[in-house]
Amino acid sequence: MDLPSSSPDARFGLDRKASLKARLALDGGGALSQVDIAYETYGTLNADGSNAILICHALTGDQYVASTHPVTGKPGWWSRMVGTDKPIDPARHFIVCANVLGSCMGSSGPASVDPATGSKWGMRFPVITIADMVRAQAMLLDHLGIGTLQAVIGGSMGGMQALTWPTIFPERVRSAIVIASTARHSAQNIAFHEVGRQAIMADPRWRGGDYYQDNDAPTAGLAVARMAAHITYLSEAGLTEKFGRRLQGRDAKTFGFDADFQIESYLRHQGISFVERFDANSYLYITRAMDYFDIAEDHGGSLARAFERTKARFCLVSFDTDWLYPTAESRIIVHALNAAGAQASFVELSSPFGHDAFLLDVPELNRVVDGFLKAGAE
Amino acid sequence: MTDILRPDLAIIAANIRAHARVLDVGCGDGALMSALRAEHQVDARGLELDAGNVASAVARGLSVVQGDADTDLVYYPDNSFDYAILSQTLQTTRRPDHVVDHLLRIAAQAFVSFPNFAHWRGRMSLLFGGRMPVTRLLPDHWYDTANIHHLTIDDFRALVKERGWTIDGQWFLKGDRRTGDANANLFAEHAVFLLRK
Repeated sequence: MDLPSSSPDARFGLDRKASLKARLALDGGGALSQVDIAYETYGTLNADGSNAILICHALTGDQYVASTHPVTGKPGWWSRMVGTDKPIDPARHFIVCANVLGSCMGSSGPASVDPATGSKWGMRFPVITIADMVRAQAMLLDHLGIGTLQAVIGGSMGGMQALTWPTIFPERVRSAIVIASTARHSAQNIAFHEVGRQAIMADPRWRGGDYYQDNDAPTAGLAVARMAAHITYLSEAGLTEKFGRRLQGRDAKTFGFDADFQIESYLRHQGISFVERFDANSYLYITRAMDYFDIAEDHGGSLARAFERTKARFCLVSFDTDWLYPTAESRIIVHALNAAGAQASFVELSSPFGHDAFLLDVPELNRVVDGFLKAGAE
Repeated sequence: MTDILRPDLAIIAANIRAHARVLDVGCGDGALMSALRAEHQVDARGLELDAGNVASAVARGLSVVQGDADTDLVYYPDNSFDYAILSQTLQTTRRPDHVVDHLLRIAAQAFVSFPNFAHWRGRMSLLFGGRMPVTRLLPDHWYDTANIHHLTIDDFRALVKERGWTIDGQWFLKGDRRTGDANANLFAEHAVFLLRK
């Protein structure tokens, strides 16, 4: 007699990929006939399916939230938050983190193959939105057999997805944690992204996005885009403390254009290491999705209206030195949640790290997330 | 809950309907909200200025928003709570009258508790010492106190009368004990009022 198979369910674990054959209608008017989503899961879904947490990553993040990155060899990008005895713990939670639609770590995007043509999408990939990313995540949850999320959580662009979730799927989210984020991209946010996009498109190797066949990517443009963006992730005080005007490996200025200053050397390193793991076209598509992000605009100009149908609890966190998505943006969300009668918590935490604080060592953030999640698990 | 509530909070907790919707303005680390949730199953929300207090309150599972009573009450819709609570916070706001106006707009009833600056000990200190009182209950100096609008029980009653609010309940405290209504303005260290519009 055959015993029940003890082989693990291939849908769960590290480095998974789902080819979802369902059609995904997009905000821009088009549709994808099938969607690939690369993802990881940690922990086990409990019997009543009540312990699922979806983690949404930021612009250049990926599904390797708590496992070694296959390209860089670095630990997962949120190992401070996710892991044994951390606020999000595989011993208690069933954790899902998926590469967003449009990205380049295995999910459908400009660097993946268009099933209709058999060649890479390039700039023929449809322009997508944050809401499209969220709908693709919902398709993945369907595939994984997850009905309702105990929580959806993310920082920065991940926070945009977490905030969008209860507006599109109010019945599928019991709580949302939105960290260092916003309900809409400001003119300043769009401006910085446009600088990055222009840097990529001005690189002669970009060639309208068709650089894949020659394996000759616009790395110079992408590196500049990353350097410009990276400045916005840090604080002025943090830069001064870390680098000041200190010189890099020399005793005097060279009166030339080498990286005399440590900050120059640091930024160049950030740019160069980034291009090894990220696709330039994906950078264009994802920054565009963020620029189009404005939840109120999608609800007749009223942010409060977006949250009228949800019963989810919300937790918002901002950082006092974050000038990319400053506290005022979180307050706008909180006021809308209050107006909608939603259960909302909000705190501005102090950190010297600027926008990047959500990825770094801020013990108070872990305390808040831990308490908020435990209250929801009662 | 094992927390022992401050006496004015205990009075408020004892007079709140079970399952009510409550907004605690200046909720601190959420001690009262926690007790109300545990003992009266209320749906409690908090507003608190201090980030450390908010983090503690959220970490104990409460819905608390970091914000300022003077500027953020405007974002709460009309009649969205059964009770608003303002405990030991009135005297720290820039416009206490506007804050109470908002409480009575947002909630059907409002508990307001405050230290009575007309307590006889303070009067003696000012009369004979000629200095602003520094007492057990008001331990800060004039220059470092958060209390920027010192008021007495009679001052508050006058404001209530002037604004046409109705007093649904009043309680007075000397130390941890209740004290009578008679001469409360002289003998009470703390007052708790329950108001409605």
